[in-house]
Amino acid sequence: MSDTNEKIVEIKHLEKNFGKFQAVKDVSFDVYRGDVFGFLGPNGAGKSTTIRTMLSLIKPSGGELKLFGKDLAKDRNYILQRIGCIVEKPDFYKYLSAETNIEIFARLSGMNVTKSKVHEIIEFVGLKGREKDKLSGFSHGMKQRLGIAQTLIHDPELIILDEPTTGLDPQGIIDIRNLILQLKNERNKTVLLSSHILSEIELIANRMVIISKGKTIVQGSVKDLLNAQELIVVFTIDNLEKAKLILQNASMSELVDKTETTTLHLHISQEKIPVVNKLFADNGVNVYSIEAKRKLEDYFLKLINA
Amino acid sequence: MFWKSTYNEFIKIAAKPRSYIGIGAITLIIVIILFAMKSDGMSFISFVTQPFEQSLAFEGNILNGNLIAFIILQMLIIHVPLLIALVTGDLISGEGAMGTIRLLLTKPISRTSILFSKYLAGCAYTLVILLWMAFMALVVGKWLFGTGDLMVLNSDGLIVLQEHDLAWRFICGFVVAYLSMVMIATLSLTLSCFSENSIGPIVTTMAIIILFTIIGTLDVPSLQKIQPYLFTSHMVAWRNFFEDPLPMDKIIESTCILVLHIIGLLAIAVYKFKRKDILS
Repeated sequence: MSDTNEKIVEIKHLEKNFGKFQAVKDVSFDVYRGDVFGFLGPNGAGKSTTIRTMLSLIKPSGGELKLFGKDLAKDRNYILQRIGCIVEKPDFYKYLSAETNIEIFARLSGMNVTKSKVHEIIEFVGLKGREKDKLSGFSHGMKQRLGIAQTLIHDPELIILDEPTTGLDPQGIIDIRNLILQLKNERNKTVLLSSHILSEIELIANRMVIISKGKTIVQGSVKDLLNAQELIVVFTIDNLEKAKLILQNASMSELVDKTETTTLHLHISQEKIPVVNKLFADNGVNVYSIEAKRKLEDYFLKLINA
Repeated sequence: MFWKSTYNEFIKIAAKPRSYIGIGAITLIIVIILFAMKSDGMSFISFVTQPFEQSLAFEGNILNGNLIAFIILQMLIIHVPLLIALVTGDLISGEGAMGTIRLLLTKPISRTSILFSKYLAGCAYTLVILLWMAFMALVVGKWLFGTGDLMVLNSDGLIVLQEHDLAWRFICGFVVAYLSMVMIATLSLTLSCFSENSIGPIVTTMAIIILFTIIGTLDVPSLQKIQPYLFTSHMVAWRNFFEDPLPMDKIIESTCILVLHIIGLLAIAVYKFKRKDILS
């Protein structure tokens, strides 16, 4: 849930054209203070263009863009002073050390950043001991951590992370996810997170917007949006025909979504999973696995394909 | 914020390996010239003085540090633009190629300030290159070859400038040479605003210099009208300070044309950079 009702991002009917190509047609959403806000959409949906527009890297062709209650076109510096961001990849000066890179961006942040603050932030992202190393020797995961250090150095109110887990190994993804949760819980930051790894959003965001083909499809609370969805449960079993017959006798055949060689996909609520499992077990159908598939992916795909 | 950004740019230029290519190349070329002049300089001098030997007698230390400095300045002024463009052509486009421009332009500092920070740092780098060249040519040249009057060959004939009359000529010559190199730095920085890779602006700068130099030397009436306005026609304006009497009208004209080019190119750079969508 949002901490307050204060909107810190208000985007209304945003448009961006590149020549005749309309990359963003009609994107609208609000981010409240304290949100971990998921910004979802398939590749080419216009997420990066929207984020770049919010950061004044791209000039919008139309629409309204307010951050912290101010117009980006008029109060650019006021707004950017309150934002920390990573846009796509965390690119730094490879020929400089991690510490110097952070100092370079800190100098431009509009705040007085001390050397001890630089070291503190480097330690926070788990890079202590590597601050004097040149970036040419850093892995993608380490650069991503340094990217987060760079976003935090001037203690911004809003952190914008564009696809922060792209290219990371599973451990790196978990680390970044934990860092984002730390930002929200320990440092009380508002985070706008764009991703196409939808499970990431489901795990850490409280609110989200889904865009497709440059348009907002839906926005709201992640919990509400997901609760509105039916659960699909996949049973891996040894006898498909027998299982179907059991469901038919129990007047539950309408629950079957689809079947594959050894799997049965059912539309059921969470409470009914043990009931169906017991039904199969009592009637001699062996259940090897049960996988609940109430995931954002299904919801997301349904929306963008609509 | 502007000075903090400029300080950042100095750090970046100082840390980039490519920044030392120019200084290294100048050192190497000058060392080669000095070595060649030390070992075989007199035959080079007699090649120049031969046509005058029937009417003039040459006495004293003709092959001196002042002459060596003049020769080095004349030879290097053609190659130094490449070494300058190597760094200044990379100032904006290099950030684009590295991806750092995305971070840089999301900071609360105006794009114009960032551009001028880079420009100032580029001009400072150009100054370092020229000062190094001046040091190598004048100080090392005089240390190796001693001092003496300067003998200059131009289209009007042979001019001999007294030793005591040379210091101010060299200083003014270097100032005007610096102005023409700043012009090159401005050109490559402007081109850098249009490019997303480092090589493009460097190659284009050199291509423009070559093209304009060719146009400037072609004896075609239609091209002769534009020749006085090409910046390449004024890149050797520093030589005017080694004329006697001093052609002040030519010096003022060249200085004005170079300054106008610099202002015009900077205006284009600001216009482009402020409106540029960052897509890299």
